[in-house]
Amino acid sequence: MPSPKPNVVHPHLRPNQIGLTIRDYEGSMSTLCAGCGHDSVTAAIVRSFYELSTPPHLIAKLSGIGCSSKTPTYFVGGAHGFNSAHGRMPSIATGANAANRALTYIGISGDGDSLSIGIGQLVHAIRRNVDMLYIIENNGVYGLTKGQFSASADIGSKSKRGEVNRFGPIDPVSLALDLGATFVARSFSGDKEQLVPILKAALSHKGFALVDVISPCVTFNDHEGSTKSYLYTRKHLLQLISADFVPFAQEISVEYAPGTATSVRLHDGSVVRLRKVAADYDPTDRQGVADHLELHRHRGEIATGLLFVDKQASDMHDTNKTTDVPLAQLPYEKLCPGSAKLDELQKTFR
Amino acid sequence: MNPTDVRNPDYFHKVVDCQWACPAHTNVPEYIRMVAQGRYDDAYMLNRDSNVFPGILGRTCDRPCEPACRRTRIEEKPVAICRIKRVAADNRGDISARLPKAPAQKLGKRIACIGAGPASLTVANDLVPLGYDVVVFEKNALPGGLMRTNVPSFRLPAKVLDEEIAMIVDMGVEVRYGAPVTSMKALLNQGFDAVFVGSGAPRGKDLELPGRKEAAAHIFIGIDWLESVAFEHIHQIGERVLIIGVGNTAMDCCRTARRIGGKDVKVMARRPRPYFKASPWELDDAEEEQVEILVNHVPTKFVVEKGKLKGMEFERVEWSEDAAGKQISRTIDTVFIPADDVIVAIGQENAFPWIERDVGIEFGKYDLPKVDEKTMQSTRPGVFFGGDSAWGPKNIIWAVAHGHDAAISIDNHCRGVSVAKRPGPEVKLITQKMGLAEWSYSNDYSTAKRAKMKHVDLQERFKRISTEVEMGFDAEQTQREVERCLNCDVQTVFTDKRCIECDACVDVCPTGCLTITQNGEEPELRNRLTVPAANPTQEIFVSGGLPQTGRVMVKDEDVCVHCGLCAERCPTAAWDMARLDLTILKAGQNGCTSSR
Repeated sequence: MPSPKPNVVHPHLRPNQIGLTIRDYEGSMSTLCAGCGHDSVTAAIVRSFYELSTPPHLIAKLSGIGCSSKTPTYFVGGAHGFNSAHGRMPSIATGANAANRALTYIGISGDGDSLSIGIGQLVHAIRRNVDMLYIIENNGVYGLTKGQFSASADIGSKSKRGEVNRFGPIDPVSLALDLGATFVARSFSGDKEQLVPILKAALSHKGFALVDVISPCVTFNDHEGSTKSYLYTRKHLLQLISADFVPFAQEISVEYAPGTATSVRLHDGSVVRLRKVAADYDPTDRQGVADHLELHRHRGEIATGLLFVDKQASDMHDTNKTTDVPLAQLPYEKLCPGSAKLDELQKTFR
Repeated sequence: MNPTDVRNPDYFHKVVDCQWACPAHTNVPEYIRMVAQGRYDDAYMLNRDSNVFPGILGRTCDRPCEPACRRTRIEEKPVAICRIKRVAADNRGDISARLPKAPAQKLGKRIACIGAGPASLTVANDLVPLGYDVVVFEKNALPGGLMRTNVPSFRLPAKVLDEEIAMIVDMGVEVRYGAPVTSMKALLNQGFDAVFVGSGAPRGKDLELPGRKEAAAHIFIGIDWLESVAFEHIHQIGERVLIIGVGNTAMDCCRTARRIGGKDVKVMARRPRPYFKASPWELDDAEEEQVEILVNHVPTKFVVEKGKLKGMEFERVEWSEDAAGKQISRTIDTVFIPADDVIVAIGQENAFPWIERDVGIEFGKYDLPKVDEKTMQSTRPGVFFGGDSAWGPKNIIWAVAHGHDAAISIDNHCRGVSVAKRPGPEVKLITQKMGLAEWSYSNDYSTAKRAKMKHVDLQERFKRISTEVEMGFDAEQTQREVERCLNCDVQTVFTDKRCIECDACVDVCPTGCLTITQNGEEPELRNRLTVPAANPTQEIFVSGGLPQTGRVMVKDEDVCVHCGLCAERCPTAAWDMARLDLTILKAGQNGCTSSR
């Protein structure tokens, strides 16, 4: 059993706008392997919610099965949560979001849960533009079943036992771009300076926000020959574009050289400032982004950053023209008007 | 910043704030763990190695360790370190077989110690087992010095005092009772190989005010009066007693007065409470015994009528700060407070009328001997000072520390080694890892609040002066209090080469002590940490460049609770929890004395 986390806080820990400290956004102690990238993602999520001052009771965390899917237990203990069947989290999230649009939805999945058993679910959540943050903690192996290659393992990468992977990977970022996702980012668990602003922007984005996080499996995929290890990721990581998240009502004070930065105002009034590394990179041009990704993949570089954002697209509720009031809060008579009304409706179809 | 050199013993030692603050550097966390395990004999012996008088100090120590305790940085009150020491002393069994003994073969070197107080006794304790013949000259009929004469028996029972002094004297120390030294010259002519002066600061300051002479029969000097009570020359005092002064001696005086006839006892202080010299707990204990403490009263005269003391006159004042920040008083009015007796406890000073000024012992400021701070040697080689006689009144634990230092010097002096050659501390780091998430110390943080000492009830305690007031911790209190210790000696030891920068330690640390970041200059780096390192007295740890990115691991030791989670969540064992076993070497344990 891991030691419990001491019930003590730093005396200088500052509360956020709603009077909570960062430790109020923690969950239970992690039971993952020591050094797991997922724990760092958890810490980044904790920091993001704390900095956004999100009330814990307005957060819903969802997951499927896998190491990644255990992690919602480890953050925001005061939030709602649902641990679904393997790969079925997107459906549960879609349903929950349909019923109560007032909550902030965060789904945590892994490369197995999302790109193998659950890929049929994931693509429809993207297609419907469900308003949620969808994190794929991507480590290229099935850690919970002792290290087989997953669908995101690169061709030629080696397992811990030295076996070489022969099948090509599915890249969730390209997949999401192709399916019309409105917020696509990639980051690395070992780089919170990049990850935290991306998560905050993703949580503030209206619509489906996919964040693919390279999150090394310290036990089964952190060796020489792996392309998802801490060392390999650090060596090949290329930050295409960096994001600064500026909350609503805060003045933008940082100056950028003209032409190097793009500001995107999000639905809630907050702003993401995207600083480009390449001059010809346009994070709002879907085709251009796809071309860039292909180029860097070819060079063996792992392109990271908030790669694509489209704030124009309508989310599932807009498309369905659902009521602004969350269904969960509608009075029963309105939600279920009775059989007489149903008959009336059905008559119109006869 | 340059990488922190943790091989410098001071770095980790400073993390153990209690041990660092203790003049004798007692290994506090280790003895607290021993008490937690019921190993009272071991805890007692570990204490005795450093502070010689665990039973006495467990009751009377000034406790420099407690304000230093790291616990105060995360909650209000420190661990009751002193009380846990007493638990070890109260519950120990027969440890006589473990005490040091004099060797059969003596060195043939004779050492004279003046005064049988804690400083001299410590010198004897350290030197007799090495084969020295130690002769102690004591003016009183009993040993102990101020521990006996000035600490009342309701705070320190005679039994405890006698036992711990006997442990030293019974090694074979020759104590000459009723033998005050009246001439240093004469003593030096007796052919001793070294002389240690541990005669204390025996002269209580007097209050020269009008009426002092006329009312002399009812005015006492605090330390002299306490001594007379201790030796049963004084058995009673008037009902209305005024104590002038508000130090620890004043507290002992007022509480003693309450037991031998004083009903209306007032402590008169010139200044407001924050300026009191007495320890806060001693003030509390006095007030519990219905002693009234009056602030801002400046004594102006003793009022005498028909040759008899009637009381005292005071100016009531208020204090303010002048432009230079100096405290100045303004008189409001004059008040008369009736009294039958007055005890003056306004400090004490050193007095060496018996040291001839032509024997090579130089005197400096305030007529104090010039003594080297490290070696305790005076300007005459072979003559050493310690305890209150060195630099004026301190307390028992300082006297013990001086005694250890002087013993090293005396040993060196007698062997013809320079007294400046001091042994460094002996340092070991011992990993505490037992398994994947198992440590050989109690790493779980306890939220328990400091246990409150139980006192004998008021009526009972006033029946006999020797009734000890503090009852000591019971088993349950002890069990809870030991868990409050943060085990600061279990150090977080970092090996930069092993780090893969996975952030696990940074993420899990409950108090935000850790940061992986680019190196920088100290003030700027301190500001850039997970939680800025705001305590300038606490050094920060900076690692060498980390293998993957060249960044550095920075640890702010300030509020580390030594829970071990950084090491527990580290996949590569770059962090380890290792116990610092730091022993301050004493006389005879010097590396350069290995020929012995």
